[in-house]
Amino acid sequence: MKTKILTTPIQDEELELLTVGDIIYLTGYLITSRDDVHQRLIKQHKQLPVDLAGKAIFHAGPIMQEIEGQPGKYRVISIGPTTSMRMEKYEKEFIRQTGLKLIVGKGGMGQNTAAGCREYKAVHAVFPGGCAVLAANCVEEVEQVEWLDLGMPEAMWVMRVKEFGPLIVSIDTKGNNLFENNKKAFNLKKDAVVEEICRYVDYLE
Amino acid sequence: MNAKGQRENFIDIMAGFTVYTGKYLPDDVHAKLKELREKEDSALATIVYDAMFEDLRLAHELERPLCQDTGVIQYFIQVGTGFPLIDQMEECLVEAVKKATVLGPLRHNAVEVFDEKNTGNNVGKRIPWIDWEIVPDNDEATVYVYMAGGGCSLPGIAKVLMPLEGYEGVVKLVFDQITSYGINACPPLLVGIGIAGSVEVAAKLSKKALLRPIGSKNSNPRGAELEARIEEGLNALKIGPGGLTGENSVMGVHIEEAARHPATIAVGLSTGCWAHRRAVIKFNADMDYEIISHKGVVL
Repeated sequence: MKTKILTTPIQDEELELLTVGDIIYLTGYLITSRDDVHQRLIKQHKQLPVDLAGKAIFHAGPIMQEIEGQPGKYRVISIGPTTSMRMEKYEKEFIRQTGLKLIVGKGGMGQNTAAGCREYKAVHAVFPGGCAVLAANCVEEVEQVEWLDLGMPEAMWVMRVKEFGPLIVSIDTKGNNLFENNKKAFNLKKDAVVEEICRYVDYLE
Repeated sequence: MNAKGQRENFIDIMAGFTVYTGKYLPDDVHAKLKELREKEDSALATIVYDAMFEDLRLAHELERPLCQDTGVIQYFIQVGTGFPLIDQMEECLVEAVKKATVLGPLRHNAVEVFDEKNTGNNVGKRIPWIDWEIVPDNDEATVYVYMAGGGCSLPGIAKVLMPLEGYEGVVKLVFDQITSYGINACPPLLVGIGIAGSVEVAAKLSKKALLRPIGSKNSNPRGAELEARIEEGLNALKIGPGGLTGENSVMGVHIEEAARHPATIAVGLSTGCWAHRRAVIKFNADMDYEIISHKGVVL
């Protein structure tokens, strides 16, 4: 297990050194993009208002607060990761079209994303779920917000972050997939465990 | 206190308590997480538990919601027929949610179905969700606040099984769902199972099971035994914190049941994430309150 700091714009060569299970910290630009942003780009073919090339996206819907006396200027209150698997359907194409390099989220993603990470050199990493104040503490500034018409959780929040982490690499540029491997291990044990419990539940008369 | 004053007082307390629910875990969840953390020694599990406890510390220090997903607000209420505000409970709780959303601040989590618009204040059609239990010959009210986050709601499922699938079918459904959806729902999870005759009863009981304190047992000895066996079995999968593997998988397994139809076994499953924000407050007829879930706390 290695520990490394990545800075945007992220270079392919740096990403290629990473393996699932490594710990990384991100410095630079992190932009929230979740269900509706994926939907607008991939399904509705709308142009993204933010250039994501070389940057990191965050599967997250934050609590932001407008700063008093500064209309349109926000500070982050709480921003943890959301379930990445929801974006699985569009993520490969999203990586291809945007040139993003790092996807930060929660839990695993599937084969489609793993293929995207392999073909276009990107990495999926997880921030510990629920740890939203810890994450907010790594945000230096919320620089801009786009598509606020989608509501606070779904808008694109452009943040400058410093040593944002810990991020655990879950899909690397070789297409290795930590959560899929874990799932296989859990499923291998599952049948024997279920069978054992079922020996004791024959309650029907 | 006059009736208007009582109403305002109740709204303010419930707004404050709803905000509080998002910032501090209940005593039982906190204690269980500490216990589970001490059993871990792998690098990844340690990193995740360290992050969780650092988050709890920062949420306390900065007085902020410990998870950004403050959920759809659900109130499970047990109201005496003599409670002075019984007729106004619903409108009071709606007001409390509006206030809490600004005070918290809470994330805006009410999206109207079909219109697909976020209401921006956590109030929408039938939301906050209110589940009523009426208590005869009583003038008190107990309110459970539950923040139903998206991540921990995703593994939810309910299904009606044929009786010959038996309780084996129940066990299998739980394990299939936890090893697929559950691992992404911020484990260690609290697992709620409802068993009944029809799907909506099973689903509702599965959520009520999550309201029970961790460590409590099903009232039927067989039910309690099944809870323990499923808990032990899920832990044997070693899902670990965040699904990244570890010594355990769950904070607990709770089952609640209703008598079933001879021709059906309905099963419902609800999960709570490690940040299981469930809080309980009890009011008397004078609006004096006691917080049950967080001992000794005064708002």
